Amino acid sequence: MSNVEGKLFIEPERYEFSAAPFHQFELARRDFFRILGAGIAVFAIAKDALAAQETAPGPRTFHNEELPKEISAWLHIGEDGSITGFTGKAEIGQNIRTALAQTIADELRVPFESVRMVTADTALTPFDAGTFGSRTTPTITPQLRRVAAAARDLLVGVAAKEWNVAPAGLVAADAKVSDPASGRSLKYAELARDKTLAQNLPAEDPITPAAQWAIAGKPVPKVDGRAFVTGRHQYAPDLRPAGMLYGKVLRPPSFGATLTAYDDGAAKAKPGVFVVRDGDFVGAAAASADEAQRALDAIHAQWKEVPQISNKEIFSYLKQNAAAKTDDRFRKQKGSVEEGLASAAHRLDATYNVAYIAHAPLEPRAAVAQWADGKLTVWTGTQRPFANRDELADVFHIPESSVRVIVPDTGSAYGGKHTSDAALEAARLARAAGRPVKVVWTREEEFTWAYFRPAGIIEIKSGIASDGALTAWEFHNYHSGTSGVDTPYVVANQRTEYHPVPLILRSGSYRGLAATANHFARETHMDALARTANMDPLDLRMKNLSDPRLRAVLETAAKSFGWPRKKTQEGQGFGVACGSEKGSYVATFAEVAVDKTSGTVRVVRLVEAFECGAIVNPDGLRNQVVGAMIQGLGGALFEAIEFENGRIKNPHFLSYRVPRFRDVPEIEAVLLDRKDIRSAGAGETPIMAVAPAIGNAIFDATGIRLNNLPMVPNGLRSA
Amino acid sequence: MAKPIELEINGKRYPVNYPADTPLLYVLRDELGLTGSKYGCGEGQCGACTVLIGGAPRRSCQIPLSAAAAKPITTIEGLEKDGRLNPVQQAFLDAGAFQCAYCTSGMIMSSVGLLQTNPNPSQAEIVQFLQGNVCRCGTHPRIIEAVRQAAKMMQEHGR
Repeated sequence: MSNVEGKLFIEPERYEFSAAPFHQFELARRDFFRILGAGIAVFAIAKDALAAQETAPGPRTFHNEELPKEISAWLHIGEDGSITGFTGKAEIGQNIRTALAQTIADELRVPFESVRMVTADTALTPFDAGTFGSRTTPTITPQLRRVAAAARDLLVGVAAKEWNVAPAGLVAADAKVSDPASGRSLKYAELARDKTLAQNLPAEDPITPAAQWAIAGKPVPKVDGRAFVTGRHQYAPDLRPAGMLYGKVLRPPSFGATLTAYDDGAAKAKPGVFVVRDGDFVGAAAASADEAQRALDAIHAQWKEVPQISNKEIFSYLKQNAAAKTDDRFRKQKGSVEEGLASAAHRLDATYNVAYIAHAPLEPRAAVAQWADGKLTVWTGTQRPFANRDELADVFHIPESSVRVIVPDTGSAYGGKHTSDAALEAARLARAAGRPVKVVWTREEEFTWAYFRPAGIIEIKSGIASDGALTAWEFHNYHSGTSGVDTPYVVANQRTEYHPVPLILRSGSYRGLAATANHFARETHMDALARTANMDPLDLRMKNLSDPRLRAVLETAAKSFGWPRKKTQEGQGFGVACGSEKGSYVATFAEVAVDKTSGTVRVVRLVEAFECGAIVNPDGLRNQVVGAMIQGLGGALFEAIEFENGRIKNPHFLSYRVPRFRDVPEIEAVLLDRKDIRSAGAGETPIMAVAPAIGNAIFDATGIRLNNLPMVPNGLRSA
Repeated sequence: MAKPIELEINGKRYPVNYPADTPLLYVLRDELGLTGSKYGCGEGQCGACTVLIGGAPRRSCQIPLSAAAAKPITTIEGLEKDGRLNPVQQAFLDAGAFQCAYCTSGMIMSSVGLLQTNPNPSQAEIVQFLQGNVCRCGTHPRIIEAVRQAAKMMQEHGR
């Protein structure tokens, strides 16, 4: 549904996004070579519509020389043979630093170790809308490949000119260009010497097909792994520029509260303390976080609060406040649902509720801000460095060229780090203090003042014929979003509709967006339909599926799991779920053990088959897939944000339960490598089918159907 | 200001001028620049700040300076010896037992602590011991595997 009439919409559940800004590309060619040294540079121009969507509108000047506006990746080969790839994407644990370097090394025919990636630095890297939507692999990987292929051609051209031979007979391999006819060869470093050659990629260069990859496609370990196991890597909260102060922000007692009385006399009287009040923002900076906090504690502030609903009323509220009439693009209809239902042998109506959940990245939101000569530099863990830059420029009324945002490799995000909150806070305090300021959110702030995956309601009406073929499918999503809303099952009569509801809690992207909610509802429903018709749940799915890639992951996972399985113990149950989203395919099988006396539900085993086209790095992919399965288990079983009167009631790891070692089942991830299919992203889809597979297994074990996420926050209470 | 409190960290002595109830983590990170120990929650619930105090793994965000003084403290920065990684660090590296790696320091310090008292832990014992360490990326199976490999390495090399 996100792709209507060939035009791309940002999914509506990305509530945190604002309109695309106008960008001016400020890095001059001479600056580029001054920063990187002489050599050869190639710039990629985004060709496809998907990549264009990630680039900014408007022209970019390369000072005197105009650069095409869709530049999305570039590459530099230095005089010492060092190779540097540039992308505006951020490394947040998904391992793109490694995968993208592999891609460049592969296409440029150089050792992996000689490639370095510069990521997510608004002064050095191309504009990028953000690291989200599983877009890095499908957009940046092919662009870097084209750039590397063009750079290779350029090097061959330089050698051909040097030797006065035709380029066609020359070979590029092992970081050199060779002439098999004469036996001569020149290293890339030698060819790049004394050059400041820059080239815009003129057209789509032919790139190496996946079947011939030599370095990509291999399980290369994470770049700089040693820096992480020794504690040497510095995340944003670890930075300490000289003279830095620590900042703290005075938080209102509840969401939407406004400041009615304020006295900061006592706080300001403290030596070495800077206090800032700007509208409803109040913050303090001091030589230590503790002193900054004590300054805030000394402020007398009164707030006017507004009444707000609680998680107890959320689902009735969503239903009552849904838009009366929805946008055309949120509705889809085919055939007649009414006729389909009338002809059905079995009918089923059901409602599914999904709670708000938190990302809870282990690195909380953090930023270090430094002003010098009216220019602002901010180091922060964000998925959207350029959006952070633009917002900072906007707020402080300075040109975008005066703001630089640098993203150190970040301690995870999961869709939760799109906004600029910590960057703005640190920059505001740093400007007042005239010194660098660091703001690191506490865990309680992280759980309260970030944003959440929105709650939602899904209603499904369906019918099947006596042989299990779907005859009708009506699907309504309230509030949570449109990702994964379209059924992959073949059904002639269907209606799908998304109903927006005004925000209650601050909400935004979360790994997989609403695809997790929509798959939970759909796949739970398919299981219930199978039970109604007394059919095997896998058979019912296969009966209604035509997509060969989805069928393949189901068949593969079923084989690894050993489906169908006979129960050998009391309380044992098995379940299956599947789905497709963002160009990749997943099938998950679960085994659970339910203790009927205590109501304890234990996930014993998860088997998942995943296919995302040609695999760039099987080791990194496996980490992502297994990670998504474990993260998905939390939202499936117990994660839920509780709120009341504009307050989060469980803003701690003690009260907001995340998956821990004891929750982790035996896990098997089967990766299908389709070298004939263009690589898709893999950060999100592997999470989608976990919850329904577990829920279906619980039904298999107990006969109890759980239609709400989380399913068993307090154990299973039998009816 | 009262007399400085003396800390012994990674074999070096540091006098620090902080109130005795200041949590060790803040002194390590903000005063001494030992930022390998991470802030994850400040409540002893996530394990990202784990260090060894007198050889035992402790949540440094919950340990006041007064309790940390007079005992040798080891942080993640102190594990590498003469450019050689501790077997647990090496095993994490070999197993690729991290994604964002923000939890890694704490996981490694907890695991070093476990293997000092139990050189050959079962899977259940590893799970039990690391229950207080949060990994949000879901790398748990590889972390368990890394601890097993480290145990093996240490037994083979007799350390």
